[in-house]
Amino acid sequence: MADKIHVNTTINDTEVDFLCESRQSLLEVLRDVLGMTGTKEGCNDGNCGACTVYFDGRIVDSCCVLGVEAQGSTILTIEGVASPDGLHPLQQAFLEEAALQCGICTPGFIVAAKSLLEREPDADEARIRHWLAGNLCRCTGYDKIIRAVLKAGEVMNQGGDARKATTAAGAGATDQRDVYND
Amino acid sequence: MTITSDKDTATSGKYKVLGTRPIRQDGIEKVTGAARYGADITLPGTLHGKILRSPHAHARIRSIDTSKAEALPGVMAVATSKDLPIIQDRELNLAGGPRLFAENDLADKKVLYKGHAVAAVAATSPHIAEEALDLIAVDYEVLPTVLGWREAMKDGATLLHDNLTEKFSEARGAAGEDTGTKSNISSHLQLKMGDVEQGFKEADSVLEREYNTQTVHQGYIEPFACTAQWIPEGRLTIWTSTQGIFGVRGNVAAILDIPESMVKIVPMEIGGGFGGKGTGYLEPVAAILSKKSGHPIKMVMSRKEVFEGTGPSSGTSITVKIGAKKDGTITAAKFNMIYEAGAYPGSPMVGGVTSAVSAYKIDNILIDGYDVVCNKPKTAAYRAPGHPQSAFAAESAIDELADMLGMDPMDLRLKNVAMEGDRAVTGVPHAHVGLKEVMEVMKAHPHYTAPLGGPNRGRGVAIGYRLNGGGSGSSATINVIANGTVSLTTGSIDLSGTRVAIAMQVAEALGLSAEDVTPQVVDTDSVGWTGGSGGSRITFDTGRAAIAASQLVIDQMGARAARLWEVQPEDVEFTDGTFICTKNTNDQFSFKELAGKLMTTGGPVTCSAMDSQGGVGGALAGNIFDVEVDPETGKVDILRSTVFLDIGQAAHPAYVEGQMQGGTLQGIGWALNEEYFFTDEGVMTNSSLLDYRMPTSLDLPMIDTVIIEYPNPRHPYGLRGAGEHPIIAPLPAMANAVGRAIGSRMLTLPITPGSIIEAIKERDAKK
Amino acid sequence: MQEFEYVAPNNLEDAIKLMAEKGPKAKILAGGTDVLVQMRGGRFQIDRLVNVNNIPELNQFSCSEADGLTLGAAVPCCEIYEDQTIQKLYPGLVDSASLIGGIQIQGRATVGGNLCNAAPSGDNIPSLIVQEAVAIVAGPNGRRNIPVEEFCSGPGRNVLQDGEILVAIHIPAPKANYGAHFLRFIPRNEMDIAVANSAASVLLDDSKQHIVSGRIAIGSVGPTVIFAKDASALLAGKEANEATIEEVAEATKKAASPINDMRGTIDQRIHLVGVLTKRALRTAISRAREG
Repeated sequence: MADKIHVNTTINDTEVDFLCESRQSLLEVLRDVLGMTGTKEGCNDGNCGACTVYFDGRIVDSCCVLGVEAQGSTILTIEGVASPDGLHPLQQAFLEEAALQCGICTPGFIVAAKSLLEREPDADEARIRHWLAGNLCRCTGYDKIIRAVLKAGEVMNQGGDARKATTAAGAGATDQRDVYND
Repeated sequence: MTITSDKDTATSGKYKVLGTRPIRQDGIEKVTGAARYGADITLPGTLHGKILRSPHAHARIRSIDTSKAEALPGVMAVATSKDLPIIQDRELNLAGGPRLFAENDLADKKVLYKGHAVAAVAATSPHIAEEALDLIAVDYEVLPTVLGWREAMKDGATLLHDNLTEKFSEARGAAGEDTGTKSNISSHLQLKMGDVEQGFKEADSVLEREYNTQTVHQGYIEPFACTAQWIPEGRLTIWTSTQGIFGVRGNVAAILDIPESMVKIVPMEIGGGFGGKGTGYLEPVAAILSKKSGHPIKMVMSRKEVFEGTGPSSGTSITVKIGAKKDGTITAAKFNMIYEAGAYPGSPMVGGVTSAVSAYKIDNILIDGYDVVCNKPKTAAYRAPGHPQSAFAAESAIDELADMLGMDPMDLRLKNVAMEGDRAVTGVPHAHVGLKEVMEVMKAHPHYTAPLGGPNRGRGVAIGYRLNGGGSGSSATINVIANGTVSLTTGSIDLSGTRVAIAMQVAEALGLSAEDVTPQVVDTDSVGWTGGSGGSRITFDTGRAAIAASQLVIDQMGARAARLWEVQPEDVEFTDGTFICTKNTNDQFSFKELAGKLMTTGGPVTCSAMDSQGGVGGALAGNIFDVEVDPETGKVDILRSTVFLDIGQAAHPAYVEGQMQGGTLQGIGWALNEEYFFTDEGVMTNSSLLDYRMPTSLDLPMIDTVIIEYPNPRHPYGLRGAGEHPIIAPLPAMANAVGRAIGSRMLTLPITPGSIIEAIKERDAKK
Repeated sequence: MQEFEYVAPNNLEDAIKLMAEKGPKAKILAGGTDVLVQMRGGRFQIDRLVNVNNIPELNQFSCSEADGLTLGAAVPCCEIYEDQTIQKLYPGLVDSASLIGGIQIQGRATVGGNLCNAAPSGDNIPSLIVQEAVAIVAGPNGRRNIPVEEFCSGPGRNVLQDGEILVAIHIPAPKANYGAHFLRFIPRNEMDIAVANSAASVLLDDSKQHIVSGRIAIGSVGPTVIFAKDASALLAGKEANEATIEEVAEATKKAASPINDMRGTIDQRIHLVGVLTKRALRTAISRAREG
C-alpha cells in the first residue's frame, strides 16, 4: 500500500489536515478524503474548469494540483463562498438569472467568477467571457451565466455583501408583448 | 398566441404563476455545492470499481484471465460477462432489450468498438483498481475494422453480427419483413407519399446534394457515476446519475435475474444527460461487484471512458433531391439517409426520416433510411435523436433551393408550410401546431432584416420540427402540509429546471405561489412508475400527473370544508385558491386556512395520480445566425444569434430560454467544432475535452430568445415540450450562414476552418 | 496514476541531486498542468517527482530595461502577464503567456515547463526564440546556457541530461526600435492546442523604415518549434513594408514541415504559417515603430 503523507493546509479559512498518497490530486483529496464534494470532476485534465478552486489566491484546476502541494497553502472551494449571513452576490445572481440548468458546472463558474469580480467588479461582457473561457457549460449556452456575473458585479461594485435568497415570483416588470389571436 | 422577447417579462400573462420567474426550489443547494450528483456519495466500506475496455475495434474474445488481477493486494472482486445471469441464460437479441444492454455493459463473445467493456475490478482505491486492469489478460482474435457506414455497406464487407439480417418496413414503428439478407444494414425504412418522379417532372428547379455529418457526443459535463450496494440475501440499492430510474430498475433486474421488487434505484442530481443518460452502463456491473465483494461499489467513468464507452449520436450520409416550381411550390422531395448505429442496431434513423420535411406540405415524398452497424460505440439518444442530421440536409437544401428560385429563404418555407390537417410523410395529419406562425415571427424579427454590415459576412436561417408523443407514464404525489404548503414528489429526473416547472403547475392549480410547493425527485420505492426524462415530455406528462393529483387534493379538501360547513361536497367551489360555500358565500377558507384544519377533520390529505395519455405534440423552433468568416484562416466568428421556439405556454420562461440557448450552443458545436477522430483501426484519437472541442464562453455572443406561445390543446395550461427542439435548426442555420458568407455551400459537418479555406480555394478556382 | 515518491526540496543543489539519482525516472513538478496529465495518461513511469516550487531561484524574476528579463523556470504565466514592466518591455512574451489554456491553467502553467515539455505546439517557445532567449540550466556538472532554439530535440524531448534542471530563462534587454509578436491559430477562441503558430521579431533602424535584423519561429509544423533561419535572414536590410512581409512570409512557409493529424492538415498548416507570419510581422513592426 502506498505511503501516505500528512498535509496541513487551510481550506475555507479553516485549518485542516489530512493524509493522502502522493499521486492523489487536490481534487481527489477534497472529494474523496475530505468529503467536500462541491468541487466537481468533469475531465481530470484541466480542460473543463468544473474543479476550479482558489489556490493561494488564484483560481486553478484542482485536478492539476497534487494534494501534497496543499501543504502550507490557502484554498477556497465552493463550500466557502457563502457566508453564515447568506449567499454571495454571485450565488444570488445565478439563482435570479436562472444561470444554471443541471448545475454541475455551477460551482466551478462561481469560484472562477468570484476571483474575477474581486479584481475587476466592473468587468464587462468581453472580459467576463475571456476569464470564464476555461469553464465549460453544456446546458446554458453561457448567456445567463454572463448576465449573472454582470449583475453580481454591479452588486459588488455598490458594496453589496451577503444576501439571503428570496424567491422573486413574477418579477413585477412591465409587460412588453405582442399578442396574436389564435 | 403571444410572443415575448424581453427577458424580464411574464409571457402570456394568462396565469398567476405560469409565466413568472421564481427561483427554483433546488437552486440553493446547486449554487453552494451542497447538491449531490452521481459521484458525490461514499458509503462506509465503499470499494472502487473500474472497467477494462477493449483496445480493439473488432475482435473475438477467446479468453479472459483475471487471476493476476485478483491476486493484487487491495483487489476484492472481479467480474466478466460470465457473472451477468442474463448473458448466461439468453442468446443475444439484436432487436434490443436487457440482453443487448448487458452485452454492451460487459462483452461476452465479441468486442465491437474500441472501448467496449470486457471486465471489471473492485479495489480499495481507484488507483489500485486501475493497476489491476493492467493485470487482466484478454486473448483477442483481432478482426478487420469496419469503421463507418462506407466500409459497412461495401460488397463483401466484414459482418459485425453473423445473424443480423436486414429488415425492411414501409411504416414507422412496424416490425417490417425480414429480407433474409445478411449484412451490416439492420433495417431499411421507406416512407413515401404521392409520386416523386412525377413531382420532379413538374418542377422548374431541381437541386441534388449529398450531405455528410460526423459522430458527435452529447458532451454532458458529469461523467456517468453510480454506487451499488447489494446486501447479501437482500435488496440491491443503486444511487446513480440517470435519466430514468424505473428504466434502470427494470433493466438491472432483468440482467441480474432478480425481481424488480428487490431493486431500488435512487436518483442523484444529474450533471447533464441530453438523452445520453437514458442508457446506463455501470449499474449492473457495480451490482455484481458488490455482490461478489460484499461491499458497496462506487464506479465513476473518466472522460475518456465517456467518449469511448458511451453512446454518441450517429454520423450520417444523406442525399437530397428536391424540386420546386417557379412560384416556390415544392413538388417533390427525395432522401436517402444512412445513419451509423455503431456496434449494435438502433440508430435514430427513424427520427431523421420522419422529421426531415415534416414542417412542410409536400405532395410527393420518398425517403429511404438505413440503420447501419459499424465498429463505433453503440449510439445513444442525443436531443431530438436523428433530427439535427436530417434537418441539416433538408434545411440546407431548401435554403439553396431558395437561391436557385431567387426567393427569400423564409418566403420559400412559408410558401410550403404545413397547416393543421396536412399530412406528413408518416401519414399523420398535423394537429393544431403554430408552424406558420413561428415562421412569420422569424421573418418579421429585426434580426432577419438587419444590415449585415461588412464583407465576408453571412446570415443563415433554418427551422427545426419535432413531434413527440409523450405518454410513457408519469406519477405524482402531493401531500398537504398544515402550514398551507404542499410537498410534491415525482420520479422525473430534473435535467434542467423541470422540477420547478412542474411545481409551478401545481401552484397554479392550487392557487398557491411557487415557493409554497416543495418538489422532490424520489427513488423507485417512493413514487409510482414514471417513464424516463427525455423526449421533451416531462413538463407535459409529469405536469399533467401533478395537475391531476392537485385536482384530487382540491376534491378532498373541498370535502373537508363541506364537513366543516355541514354541506355537501358538491356545494363547495374552489376558485383563485379559495374554497367557497355556494350555499353561503360568506363561508370561505383560503387553502392555507383549510390546510391547518385537516388533522382535526379526518387526517392528512395525500393524493397520487398518474398520466399516460400523451399528446405533448409537435413544435417548431428556428435559428438565425450572423457570422463573419476570416477568409485567410477560415475562422468563423458568430456575430449575432437569435433562437425561436413555440412552447405552447411557458411554465418558467427563464428555463425555456435556457433550453433554447443551450440547444443552440450544442448545435453550434455540432456545426463548427465537434467530431470524433478515428484511426483506421477505429481508435478515437481525441477522447478528451481538449481535442473534442465544445464551445467555450468566448466562442459565441449572447443568444437572443423569442418565445412563442401557441397553446397545446392537450395540456390544461397549453404547455408543449421544449427540451429537444432547439438543437435541430442551428446545424443548417450555421451552414447556411457560412455558405452565404463565403459564397460556397458547406455540405459536410463539422464546418472547420480547414474546410472553409478549401471551399474558398475551390470557389476562387472556379472564377 | 502510478505511485511515486514526492519530494519538495528548498534549494537547487538538493533538487539536482534528487533528479540525478533517478535519471529518466525522475521528473520536475512546476505547474503540473502537463506532467500530471501525462502521468495520468500513462505517458511515462517515474519513481520520483521533484516539486521545484520552493526553490527561490526558480520562483522569482527580475526585469529591467538595463538587464533584461531573467525569468525563473517555475514562475506561472499569470505573474508574467500581470507584471507591468514585463508588459512594457516584453509584449511578445505576454502574447504567448496569456494565451495558454484559460485562467486556471495560467495560474499554474509555467514558461519554463512549457519549454521543457518541448511540444511542437508549445506556445511560448516561438516567442522565446524570436526574442533570443537563453535557457539557464544547472546540473551535476555545473551550469550551462542553451539558446532556446537549440533546447528542443524532438517532439516532447529536450536536451537536458540526467539531473539537469532548467533554472531560468534569460531574455536580453530590448533595444530601441525593436518589436516582437506571437500569435497562433486555434479552432475555438481559447483552450486549444495551436494548429499553427508564429512569432516574429524585428529590429528597425533609426529611421524606422528599414529592418536591421529579425527572427521568425513557427510551431506545430514540425517535430519541434522551428527557427526559420533562412526566412529570418531575408529580413535583414529590407524595407519594413507589405512587400517584405509578403516575401518573408512566403519564405517561412518553406521552413515548415508539418504532418497531417487531427488538428490540421499539411496544406492547412503551411497556409496558416504564411498568414500568421504576415500578421506577426506586421504587429512586430508596428511595435518596433512605437518602441
